[in-house]
Parts: sequence; structure tokens; C-alpha cells
Amino acid sequence: MTLLTLKDFGVTRRKREVLRDVNMTVDQGELIGIIGANGAGKTTLMRAAMGLIDSTGHSSLAGLPPHARGRAVAWMPQSREIAWPVDVETLVRLGRTPHIAAGQRPQAEDFAAVERALLRMDLGALRGRTATRLSGGEQARVLIARALAQETPLLMADEPIAGLDPAHQIATMRSFADLASEGHSVIVSLHDLGLAARHCTRLIVIDKGGLAADGPPQEVLSAARVRETFGISAYFKTTAEGPIFQPLEVVA
Amino acid sequence: MLVSVQSSSVLRALWFAGALIAAPVAAVADTPERREPPRRVVSMNLCTDQLAMMVAGEGQLLSVSYLASDRRSSAMVEQAAAYHRNHGLAEEIYLLQSDLVVAGSFSTRATVDMLGRLGIPVAVFDPAYAVSDVQDRLAQMGEVLGQQDRASALIANFEHQLARYRSDVSRRPRAALYYANGYTSGDKTLAGQILNLAGLDNIAVEQGFGAGGVIPLEVLALAQPETVITSRPFPGASRSEEVKDHPVIKTLRRKHPEAAMTDSDWVCGTPFVLRAIEDMVALRQKMQKADP
Amino acid sequence: MMRLMLILTVLVGALFVAALAAGPANIGLFESLGALVGGDAGPLTLVMREIRLPRALLALMIGGGLGLAGAAMQGYLRNPLADPGLIGVSSSAALGAVLAIQTGLSASFAFGLPLAALVGAVIGVVLVLVLAGPRGSSLTLILAGIAISALAGALTSLVLNLSPNPFAANEIVFWMMGSLADRSMTHVWIALPLILLGAVMLITLARGLDALTLGEDAAEAMGIGLRRMRLTLIFGTAAVVGASTAVAGAIGFVGLVVPHLLRPFVGAQPGRLLWASALGGAGMLLAADIVVRVVLPARDLKLGVVTALIGAPLFLHLIYRTRREGL
Repeated sequence: MTLLTLKDFGVTRRKREVLRDVNMTVDQGELIGIIGANGAGKTTLMRAAMGLIDSTGHSSLAGLPPHARGRAVAWMPQSREIAWPVDVETLVRLGRTPHIAAGQRPQAEDFAAVERALLRMDLGALRGRTATRLSGGEQARVLIARALAQETPLLMADEPIAGLDPAHQIATMRSFADLASEGHSVIVSLHDLGLAARHCTRLIVIDKGGLAADGPPQEVLSAARVRETFGISAYFKTTAEGPIFQPLEVVA
Repeated sequence: MLVSVQSSSVLRALWFAGALIAAPVAAVADTPERREPPRRVVSMNLCTDQLAMMVAGEGQLLSVSYLASDRRSSAMVEQAAAYHRNHGLAEEIYLLQSDLVVAGSFSTRATVDMLGRLGIPVAVFDPAYAVSDVQDRLAQMGEVLGQQDRASALIANFEHQLARYRSDVSRRPRAALYYANGYTSGDKTLAGQILNLAGLDNIAVEQGFGAGGVIPLEVLALAQPETVITSRPFPGASRSEEVKDHPVIKTLRRKHPEAAMTDSDWVCGTPFVLRAIEDMVALRQKMQKADP
Repeated sequence: MMRLMLILTVLVGALFVAALAAGPANIGLFESLGALVGGDAGPLTLVMREIRLPRALLALMIGGGLGLAGAAMQGYLRNPLADPGLIGVSSSAALGAVLAIQTGLSASFAFGLPLAALVGAVIGVVLVLVLAGPRGSSLTLILAGIAISALAGALTSLVLNLSPNPFAANEIVFWMMGSLADRSMTHVWIALPLILLGAVMLITLARGLDALTLGEDAAEAMGIGLRRMRLTLIFGTAAVVGASTAVAGAIGFVGLVVPHLLRPFVGAQPGRLLWASALGGAGMLLAADIVVRVVLPARDLKLGVVTALIGAPLFLHLIYRTRREGL
């Protein structure tokens, strides 16, 4: 089942064409990494695809009415905002908002979804703690749990692992991979090319206002592409422990 | 006699400024001693305006305050038209070249001080707190203007007419005075005394508001006056006056809704208080007829 | 949560009864309540029904409305410093009300007064939202509030001074500090419809405010209509604050203090805080009005003085905390 289709998709902001001619489809079971230089338009692409900003062309998600979209895709913005000192369980339960109509109380099904999300992200011990008092890594897990509780086929996350320690970065990417293997799809934008190479099933490169590459990591992370888009040289090898990608030097 | 000051405003300002710089600091005398009566008198207070207009001799009074022409506050609007209007500002009074200013004790302190510094004598009159103050103020005005004879004649006339109201009254109906912001007047005020002489009992005194002040609406309601006498509303609108339209006041006034005071007769200690007493006597008689 | 609501309801009920019993005329509690309910046309019934009852009802309605509006604004702006009084909404409502009175609109059309105040309040809220931006950072918010309060206050003073009525010039104190003295049932009737309408509108924001805990982007992605929320907030707040200010002047700090005090008891959830703040606000204003009548009965102590005495120290504390934790 196709979870997202973008056809001739483009975004113009402040009279500047930020993205154009983006064509892609996302099926079930994919873990897609969106990579590119700073300011290339990764966040713009994701937000526009969901319909949060105006766009040209066709996006299957942007066309959905808001409440249907809430059940089709879960969005984790970069800002990781938690405005009020609520407890972890309450925060995760906010993910059920698209499933609970106004004035309705959460049903057994909603509580069950919250439980599953808490379990999956190993938050059982933290459920009663105040979310704003947790460490950065713990907060990131809580926010992912919120997105999981939404139980949507597609999950989109903007730099969800930035600022986390290596253990949490790896654990988070693993959770996403598990989700993909269960039939969901996850689209994440990230800067860590090493992690992207190891965990993503597919990479999309945004460069010069368009889709520069789209394919499995081995294909996309060629020396030429890496040099052209990122301006670096890198070591990339598929080993017994899996793919290893390490940026080396800045290249002119 | 109308005096018009024919100078350009710039010249005026310069002249005034010059006077300020040159004038020695002079003490303000409350009742200046004069060998001859002042010839160019300016009044800057509503009550002194009216007293001066009554007592002054021909050509003695130059100017009265603008309030004297206000139909609501002044009982001598027609007479006031003959005089120059001032706004109680030191500059305009100085430029009238006055040799005596009469003011109220609540006139702006700054202005009175300024006039003193410019070397112009100021005679200050207290407001009236009792009907007997009418005679006192007339006498004081006569003294200050050098018109003692005229003043005495007015006092005698006043006392003669006042005597009519000192007859005994069978029943004294109970009334309340109620103004904007919930104020009332007690016995120690001119308004309270007017009520008294007219044969009405003032509930403010009953409830312990001898001097007046704010009376809570609840206290007024529970005292159950037979009517409430309010002042007539001012033009424009204000929240302060809204309370006079409160349902409680309307209920208390329902028997005698026309009971009202007219500022021009009630505010100043002039012989016009006789008119106020007249109105109140009519009210009292009406109340006695309704409830013997 | 239910227990909190129960406690608050009982508290508000008790304060309402106490408010009916407070007053300069010394009447016993049972006597006064008896006169209120089954009265003859005697003076006691008149006092209870026409003086004390409207006063207590207004304290209830206005306090509840202001608490609710404060909680709603704080939830939307994700800033605990937002309060309709503080950010200039009450001042602009007062300007609208004063204009209605001075132009004679309120005299010719009774609802003209709260409606004019509503228009003033709408302008105030819109200006704040425009100036403060989508995520009202504390600094911009407070600065916007200062600017709008100053402008509205100055214009109100100007209008009052231009009035032909000699009392008008001194009324600025009432408008800026608020008072429930000598209000009648008429005031209750003209304020009630707009306060109820505004309250209903604001209550509908509960779900959206909860979702906004995650930020605007995440909330919008979950299906919350942010534009509609913003409009509902603007008009709901303006209706509540406008009608309240029209009859009682600008009363500040209720929308600041009450949500702040009750937030820990509702688990910091903005949706629940709406209800709690409505009840808490009603309680606070009833208590303040009782204090005003009991502590200095001879002087007409303005209601806003009491709420400011409670609220300003709390505000200082919040500022201090914000400074420590960063803007």
C-alpha cells in the first residue's frame, strides 16, 4: 500500500523556489532517510508534503482533511517542544488526539495504545514523572512514544536523533527500523550519514532545490554524490558488521 | 463695563513674563486694608462672582469667572453677561490690571500664590457651611469692596425673608440628599441646613453622617427615607451619576419623583438659598399631604 | 480532578453565600438570606435583591470569565505570564466602554455598552497576537501589553477629560482599577449574554490547547485547526473581558493568579485548567469583593487594588523564575 505520493511537487517561499519537480512514492515497510546540506530544504519538504505549508503539484497527504491526515501520518517536529510540566503518560496520550473527538473521553483502546507505546520505548518506569524534568534523551523517547501512540501507518520525524548520545541514537534508529519491519513506514531527516547508511533502507538526497538522488544507501552514497552534495570525502564500506560510512575531509 | 485687552498674544506673553521677573515676592493678604475702595475688582470663584455682582458699586467689578454664565451653576446668568469673563488664570487676571482679586478658599493654590507674587492683593472667601454664613459672606464682601452700606441693606432684606421659615412644623418628613458617587450632605453643610429650615429631617444625620460624605446604598435603603432628593444630571454621561438611576433609588423616589435640587440655588451662600428653601418647603408640604 | 472540581464548587458556593452576607448594613446571615428568598417588599428584601445579589452574581460571572480567559490565553500562547489585564485587553475594553458612554450609545441601546467594550477588546487581543508573534515569548508579550495598556489608558483619559460632564475626568480610577459597588441587576443582564457566549467559546478550546503542549506544528499535524483556534480565542476572550470591563472596569491579575495556582492540581493540562480556572476565578473575585467590603467599608476600595495586591507579588515571583530559567 502506498503511504505517500508526491508528483511534480514543489514549494515556493517568499518568491523563491525552494523545491521543484519532486517525484517520489513511499510504500509500507520503508525506513527513509532524507539527507542534504543545511538549508537544502529537508524540513520544508516534509512539512509541505503533509500540507503544513503551501505547495504546488500533488501530495497525497496534503490533500487530506485535517482529521484524516492526523490518522494517516504522525509528525515529530525538530523543536521537541513540551510546553507544560505534564507527566509522561499524559504527554504520550496526546498522540491519541486524532482518535478522540472533541468532548469525548479516552476509550480503552486509547489507553491500550498508550501502554504499547510506553512499553516499546521502555518508559514504564518514567510514566509518572514530569516530562519537562527528564533528560534530553528521555524526552526524545517520550516524544517518539507520543508519535507511536498515534498508531499511524506513516511516521515523519525531523532530526529526531540530533543531540542524543550514541546509545540513544542507535536505539532510536532501531525502533524506527522495527516499526518499518512491522509494516509501518518512517521518514526521518538526519545529518549523521553513518547512521543513515546503517539503518535506513532508502536515502533521499535534497540538493540544489530538488531531489538529487533516491535509492538504497550503497547507491546514493557514492563518492561523487558525497563530494557534490556535501563537499566532503568519505570512507564507505560494507563490512561484516554492516555498512560503515565515515566522513573524512572537506573537499573544495 | 467691558474691558478688552488689545494686545497681540506675543506681546502679552512678553509683558507677563517681564512682570514675573521684575515683581518682588509679596505676601498675600487675606483682607487687605484699604484707604479707598478698589476700582478694578476681578472675581475668580462662582460664589464670590455672585456676591460681588450684588454688592459692588457702579463700575467697580471688572470681571467674573466663566462659571457665572453657566445656567446650571449660576443664579445670575443675565447679570454676568455684562462683565468680562475670566478662567481663573493668573495671566489673564494680571493683564486686566486688577487692583483686587476675590477668590474662594478652594481656588487653585498655585494661581493665588502667583497673583501674590505679582503684587495683586487677593481676598479669600470660605464656602458657606450654614445659612448664617450668607450674612457673613455678604458682610465680608461689603468690607472688601468698601460697600458696607449696600451689604447691610442686602443682609437686612435677607434676614427679613428668612424669618418666614422659622415657623413650627407639625410633622417633619424624612428625606435624603443623594448626589453622584453616592455622596450625601449632613447638618454641617449648607444643603443640610436648607433641608432643616424647610422643615425636613435629614436621614444622613440619623445614620451618623453629620458632615456628609459617601453613604452606602444599603444604609440609605434600610433607613427608608420618604424621598430622595437628587441633583439634576449633567450633560454628557458619567458612571458617577449612574448610581442615581439605581433601582433602589428609583424605588425610594417613587412617591415624589420630581424632588430635585438646582445647583444654582444650593451651591453658593448667597441670598438665592431662599429659593432653595422655598422649593423644599413646597416639597415638604406635598409630602405632608401625602402622608399626614 | 473530580475531587478538585468538587472542592472548588463547594468553595465558590460558600463564598457566594458569604458575599450575600457582607455589607455595610449589619444584617444577620439567616435574616438576610431569608429576605432574599422569601421577601415582602420591605427594605431588607430590596437591599438583598437589588444591591447584594447583583454584586455577588457579577463577582461570580466576571471572576469566572476572567479566570477562564487567562487560562485560555496562557494555554494558547504557551506562556504563564499571559493575563487579559496584563496584556492590555482590559484597558482596550475599557476604552470601548468609555466611548460608548460618552457618545451616548449606551444610553440609547443597553447592549451597546458591552458590545463597544467587546470591539475594544478584540482590537486589543489582535494587537497582542500580532505583536507577540506565534509563540509569544515573554519579552514581546509583556512589551506588547505595556504598549497597548499605555495607549488605551491614555486615550481613555483623554475621552473622559473631553467630556462635558464634570465627574467624568475623575472616573479614570474606576475604569483602570475596577469596582462592583452599586451595581444593579441591569448590569447583570447586560453582561451575562456575552460572558456566557465567550465562556462557551473558550471551553471549546480545551482539546486544542492540550495538543498545543507539543507545539504548533505537531498540533496542526494531528488535525487541530490553528486558525480557527486563534479566532475562537480572540472573540471568546474579547466577549468575556469586554462584557466584564463594561460593567465593572478593568480588573487585572485574576487571569494570572488563578491558572498559576491551580496548574499543579490539574497535572498542568491546559484543557482541564480551563474549568478549574473558571471556578477558581469566581472564588477569587468573590473573596476579593468580600475583603473590599469588610476591611475598609467606609472607603470605596477598588476591587482592582485587592487583586493587584495579591497578583503583583505573584507576578514578580513569576518574572524572577522566568529570569532564572531563561526567557
